[in-house]
Amino acid sequence: MTDKDIIARRVARELKDGDRVNLGIGLPTLVAKFLPPSLRVHFHSENGIFGMSPLPGEGFEDRNLTDAGGRPVGALPGACAFDSAFSFGVIRGGHLDVTVLGGLEVDEQGRLANWMVPGKMVPGMGGAMDLVTGARRVIVAMTHRSPSGAKIVRQRSLPITSIRRVDLVVTELAVIRPTAEGLVLTEIAEGVSVEQVLAATDARLIIDPTLQYG
Amino acid sequence: MMRKAVPVREAAARVVPGAVVMIGGFMGVGSPHRLIDELVRQRIGELTLICNDTARPGFGVGKLIDAGLARKVIASHIGTNPRTQALMLDGTIEVELVPQGTLAERVRAGGFGLGGILTPTGVGTLVAEGKRSIEVDGRTYLLETALKADVALVAARRADYHGNLEYALTARNFNPLMAMAAATTIAEAEDIVAVGMIPPDVVVTPGVLVHILVGREPRT
Repeated sequence: MTDKDIIARRVARELKDGDRVNLGIGLPTLVAKFLPPSLRVHFHSENGIFGMSPLPGEGFEDRNLTDAGGRPVGALPGACAFDSAFSFGVIRGGHLDVTVLGGLEVDEQGRLANWMVPGKMVPGMGGAMDLVTGARRVIVAMTHRSPSGAKIVRQRSLPITSIRRVDLVVTELAVIRPTAEGLVLTEIAEGVSVEQVLAATDARLIIDPTLQYG
Repeated sequence: MMRKAVPVREAAARVVPGAVVMIGGFMGVGSPHRLIDELVRQRIGELTLICNDTARPGFGVGKLIDAGLARKVIASHIGTNPRTQALMLDGTIEVELVPQGTLAERVRAGGFGLGGILTPTGVGTLVAEGKRSIEVDGRTYLLETALKADVALVAARRADYHGNLEYALTARNFNPLMAMAAATTIAEAEDIVAVGMIPPDVVVTPGVLVHILVGREPRT
C-alpha cells in the first residue's frame, strides 16, 4: 500500500454515516475508495453538487458532470446541482460536516498553508480558504514530509489558508490533533515508532497519554 | 420584439477590445466554447477576464490566454494552466486571486444591486490586505466589493428563443450569477428549443435578462 493510500484509509475512518463531506483535489479524493459500502456519505463538490459519486460508472461519464478538478464523476440517485454561490453557502453556512484537504505546511497553532509558494507556485486558493474557514470539521491529509523537508513545523514559511485551527492532521506516520495547547500526537501508524515521528517533525508534539498504535 | 438569436460572429463582436468580460464555467465545464473560439478568431484583446479559473492550455478560457487576449484575470484558481502562471510571474498578465466563494458572492452582489458582501473567508490571510474588516456580533468579516462587467458570456444546456436558460449539472456553476452582473449578457446553449418547451419552474435565468442568444451552429 502506498503512503497516500495509508493516509486515505485512515481518513476514511473519520467519516460517519450521513456526513456531508467535501474531498479536496488530489490525495483527499482517494478517501472515497476506502469507505465501507454500508456507510452513506453525501459528497459535495464546490462546482455545485451534492450526491456526487467520486467513482463514475463506466459509460456514464457526462461532460457536464465533473468534480472540482475537472475529472468526470457520477451522481447518485437523489443528487442535486446548484450554482457556485449556493455551493459556497453550503460551505460557509455550516452545512458541511467535514472537509478533507491536502497540505503544504501545518504549524504549531494548527494553521494550514496549502495555496501558494511565493514566487514559485501560485495555483490560487480555489475553494480552500472557504472550506477551511467554513466546514464544521477540517481534516488535513498529507504526507508527513516533502522532498525538501518537514511539513509539520514550528513556524510556517508559507502564507496561511485560514486563521482557523484545523481539527486533525493525518499522515502516513501519524495522526495529530491540533489543540489550543499545541499539536497532540494521538496515533502512530503500524510499524512506526514515536521516535520516527518526532524525528520527521519540526514542531513540538505533545504525546497523548492514550496514544494509539496502528 | 427584436430577434434575440444571432450568429456567433455577431454575438462575439459585441465584446469590444479592453472590455471587462465575465465568462462562466469551471475548468471549462459550462463555458461558452463557441463564443470563446470566436473571440480568438476575431482577436478581440486587452480583456479583463472574470472567471473561476483559466482551465488549461487549449481548452475553455485557456484559449484566450494562449491567444494573448487577456490583460488581467480575476479568478480563484490558475493552477491547472501553467501558461497563466508563467505569464503572471513574468508580469505579462495581471492576476487577482479571489477565494472561490468570495468570487461567487462578489459577482452575485454585482448582479443583485449590492455594494459588496461580508465574509469570514480570508480574514488574517494575504487576501485581507488592503481590505476593510468589519466586526458583526463579535466575529470579524472582510468587506468584499461587488464585481460587474461590460459583458457576461454564459453557457446553458437549453435555451428557448426568448433566452430563458436551463443548466446542466455542474455546468451551471457561475453562469446564472454572471448572467445578472453585466451590462450585456450573451448566452450560448447546447440546444435551443421552442418557447414553452422549458417550463417556468425549470428556467433558472429568465430570458428577459438575456440580451443576446447565440444562434444554432449552421449545418455543414
